Parts: sequence; C-alpha cells; structure tokens
Amino acid sequence: MISVLGAGVVGLCVATSLFEAGFAVEVIEPEGSPAPVSWLAGGMLAPFCEGESAPEIIVTQGQAALEWWAAHVTAIEQRGTLVLAAPRDAKELDRFARATRAHCWVEPGKLESQLEGRFARGLFFGTEAHMDPRAALNALRERLRARGVVFHEGTPSGRIVDCRGMAAASSLVDLRPVRGEMLEVVTPEVCLTRPVRLLHPRFPCYIVPRGEGRYMIGATMVESARPGAVTARAVMELLSAAYTVHPAFAEAELVATGAGLRPSFPDNIPAIRRDRDRIHVNGMYRHGFLMAPVLASALVQIMMEELGHAH
Amino acid sequence: MFYGAELNCRLMLGTAQYPSPQILREAIAASGTEVITVSLRREGYGGSAFREILHECGCRILPNTAGCHTVREAVTTAQMARELFGTNWIKLEVIGHADTLQPDPFALVEAARILCAEGFQVFPYTTEDLIVGERLLEAGCHVLMPWGAPIGSGQGLRNIEGLRTMRAHFPGVPLVIDAGIGAPSQAMAAMELGFDAVLLNTAVAKALDPVAMARSFGQAIAAGRAAFQAGLMPRRDFAEASTPIFGRAVLA
Repeated sequence: MISVLGAGVVGLCVATSLFEAGFAVEVIEPEGSPAPVSWLAGGMLAPFCEGESAPEIIVTQGQAALEWWAAHVTAIEQRGTLVLAAPRDAKELDRFARATRAHCWVEPGKLESQLEGRFARGLFFGTEAHMDPRAALNALRERLRARGVVFHEGTPSGRIVDCRGMAAASSLVDLRPVRGEMLEVVTPEVCLTRPVRLLHPRFPCYIVPRGEGRYMIGATMVESARPGAVTARAVMELLSAAYTVHPAFAEAELVATGAGLRPSFPDNIPAIRRDRDRIHVNGMYRHGFLMAPVLASALVQIMMEELGHAH
Repeated sequence: MFYGAELNCRLMLGTAQYPSPQILREAIAASGTEVITVSLRREGYGGSAFREILHECGCRILPNTAGCHTVREAVTTAQMARELFGTNWIKLEVIGHADTLQPDPFALVEAARILCAEGFQVFPYTTEDLIVGERLLEAGCHVLMPWGAPIGSGQGLRNIEGLRTMRAHFPGVPLVIDAGIGAPSQAMAAMELGFDAVLLNTAVAKALDPVAMARSFGQAIAAGRAAFQAGLMPRRDFAEASTPIFGRAVLA
C-alpha cells in the first residue's frame, strides 16, 4: 500500500500513476482541509513559454505533460498560446522570442479576431495547451474513486508519499512560499479562444479562457508567505493588463479572486526528495500542472525499483 | 567610502526578477558584488524565506524602499527594514511617478531628513540635480545615488554631461549610479567618469544568462574603476590644426 498525502494536482497525479502501475494506493486528505493551491492555477501546459525564465529541464520534460493529461482528462484544449505586448513594450516580445523556442510570429488578429487592429504582431506557441484546473482535478479524483481508491483522513497505512505542498514545509527546510494572486471575470463581450500572455517589464500577466465568457487572469509572483486575500495592487495590475489586451474587460464582472502560496525550492525546479521513510514530491512553483505528471512517472519508477517485488 | 564601509567590488546588485533564488546566488558569486539590495514594500514580514537566502549569500544587505510613493510609506518601510535586517543602511526611494519611476525629490529630501535623524545611513535614489543633491547632504546623507536613466529602462547614462557636472560638483562625496544601466559598457563609462559604484538589477536579472551577465558587469566595473584611477588621456580634437603642419604648402 502506498499512502499519498494531499489531493492537489501532485497528489492526484501521483495517485493516478501509481494506481495505473499496479500499486495499491490510498489518498490521505484531512476533512475540511482548504482547497489545494492548484485549484487557483492557470491550468496551462506551456513548457515553451515557461522557458522564458524556467530552466531547460522544465521545457524538455514538461512536453510530456500534454500526452498524460490528454489520456486522463477530456477537456484539454490544444489551441496554443498567444504572446503579446503593448506597442511601447514591443521589445519585450523580441526578448521573449530570443529566450524561448517552438514559436512563430503572427498577426494576433488572424488568430483571435477580436484583437484585430489592436496588436501588430505576436508570438504563437502552437503546440501548447490548457485546461480548466478544477474540472481536471475533479475528473482525476472521480476516476480514482470509481476504481476503488479510497480518500480518507485517517492514519496512513502504507509507504508515505508526501504531496502536501507548503504543508510539508516543516520537513523540507529549503521549501519557500511564492505568493500568487489571480482573478476571474465574466464578460460576454470578449471572445478569446486560447491563453494570451501579455508581456510587461513589471506586470506580466496571462488570461486563460474558461468558456462561456469566463476568464482567469493571473498571476502575481511575490516572495512572501503572506496569507489572506488578494491585494488591491494585484487587482489593479492584473486588471490593467487585461484591459490592455481588450478594453471590454473593463466592463466585465469580477466574480472571484484567489491567493495562494506556491511551494518552491531554491532553483524553482519541482523535485522528488527522500526523507528517511517518506518520499516528498514538492516544489512545484509555477509548474504544477506541467510537471506533476512528469514527477508522477518518475516516482512510479522509483517505487518499482523499491517495491517492485512486493505488489 | 560608504558610511565607513570599504568595498573591493564596486558593483551593487539588486535581487528582484531572477529566474530563481539559486540563479540569483550564482549571479552574486559570479559578479563579485559585496552589496545586494532588497525590496520590502510588497513582500512585507512574510518574505522571511527569501530574506534568509539573501543572508546566506554573505553580502552586506542594503534594504530599499522601492514601491513607496510617500514620505510616510518610505519611513515606515525603512524602519521595518532595520528591524528585519539589523542594519542602518537604507536605499531610499520615494517614487514620484508610477510609470516612469522618477524620484520625487521633495518627498525624498523630507524622508531623508527624518531617517538620518533616526540614525539611518541613507543612500538616496535621486536625479542628477545639484540642488537636490545639496539638500540631501544637508539632510544628513553621506552618499548620493543619481539615476543613469529611469529604473529598468536600460538606457544607460542619459544625461552624461549632467552626471559629469554632478561628479565635479560633489568631490569627496561617494556617488553611486543607480538605475537605468543596461549594458556593461554603460557601467564602465560611469566608473570612468569617477563615480564610486554602480547599482543595477534588471540588466542582470533579465539577461538570458544572468550569471554570465553578472560576471560581465563585475569585470566592466572593475575595468572602469581601474581606468579612472590610471588617469584617462584627455580627448583631443584633431579636426582643426592649432599649429602649422609640416609638409603642407598652405598653413591654416
């Protein structure tokens, strides 16, 4: 038996991969625990865009995530990512192009008709995908339950795989929180069909369509453990960025806000760590949906080697 | 040199916007910097994990008041910085305009006066304006930090004649070029003009290879300082001959 602690994106991906590899799995989830921070994620599978600041290992390994998600969740949309900049920040686009690969220059209006005439050029990362993170997490959970995997809050009965994010910080001394803040707006006036990233020297942001006029706008990156609701500054920055992409966002309803702490290691690379009789899968930073399937597969290999003859 | 601190390396490095704390650490080591600056306004008390990483770098820490727009905000942030970092050093920024990040010289002088009276050792981020500089010295500052260009613009020494004048006007006052530096050559030019140090962030943090760029800046600043000390030859104007030229039939 393997006991997976935590039911965020890491816990659910790990439990799924272990179960599929033939291991007996349970998921430990304390009753009334807060929604995982992955609930607030953008849900983008954008390894190439992330390469702007992420190390090569994220770009290379992250490419495997799309296949994993497509095999497990129905609502994966592979429509690419469109990267834009306001005219005065046009040089940010050139820098982004130099720092990344697997893109081409496009006229944004040809991909998203509502951006016609608003942006002269953009970068298109055609192979990237996105999903609704909440729908995806619910789908994984239901799938596990349907196959008989038990979710409970009791004492773990097996080998512990700890996927609790910041809740595991007391046993991972170099794990630090990077605060992120996001918004959700609803407007029938804006029609974007793929994630759009707006580059800005200080307030970069992305807009992810959730369907039916709903958009997620994220996300700040603050080196802070501050809990609590989004700050007014974050709301102003994110909304002004959205407004730059399309002025109709000014009339949208602001229907939700969220703030959470990204668990991060010093190199911002998600990792599997051994700690005596416990294995940690943590430090997802900005890369939860991208890297959880990758680490889950790596963990399966580790468990095969360790317990291979036991199941 | 700077409130009694002698530095071997005249590069001061900002700590924002790096791809990761690990790369920041490597950039600090590669640059040779002994002073790093860190913001507090947004991170607040919750930023302890990141601050711990900065402490481990072994550099002297110059907390800053980036993001403050009023005297009160800047003073409160400075007090918090002293409490969190245990240093009297403070890089005082009072921003007058959210977009250009131009300093507000009036609020800056007022905040500097309050902080100097409270025993802070203030590094004020200012323009090349001579009178503002004098007022800051009157307020108790022993260092001035004129901008090269707006923060994050990478435009270099936008008003090089003004900066030259400032250097001449304040002999003996440590002057640090703070902000606007985009390339090692620009930092080197500042050092050749006789400035005492250069502080920068974006040019390193947002380089495609921050560690290599940090090293380049460290080398350029060292070279610029050495050139200044060695005594640069004056620029000569060969466009007009001032004395007769041999071998010419017609003398100008």
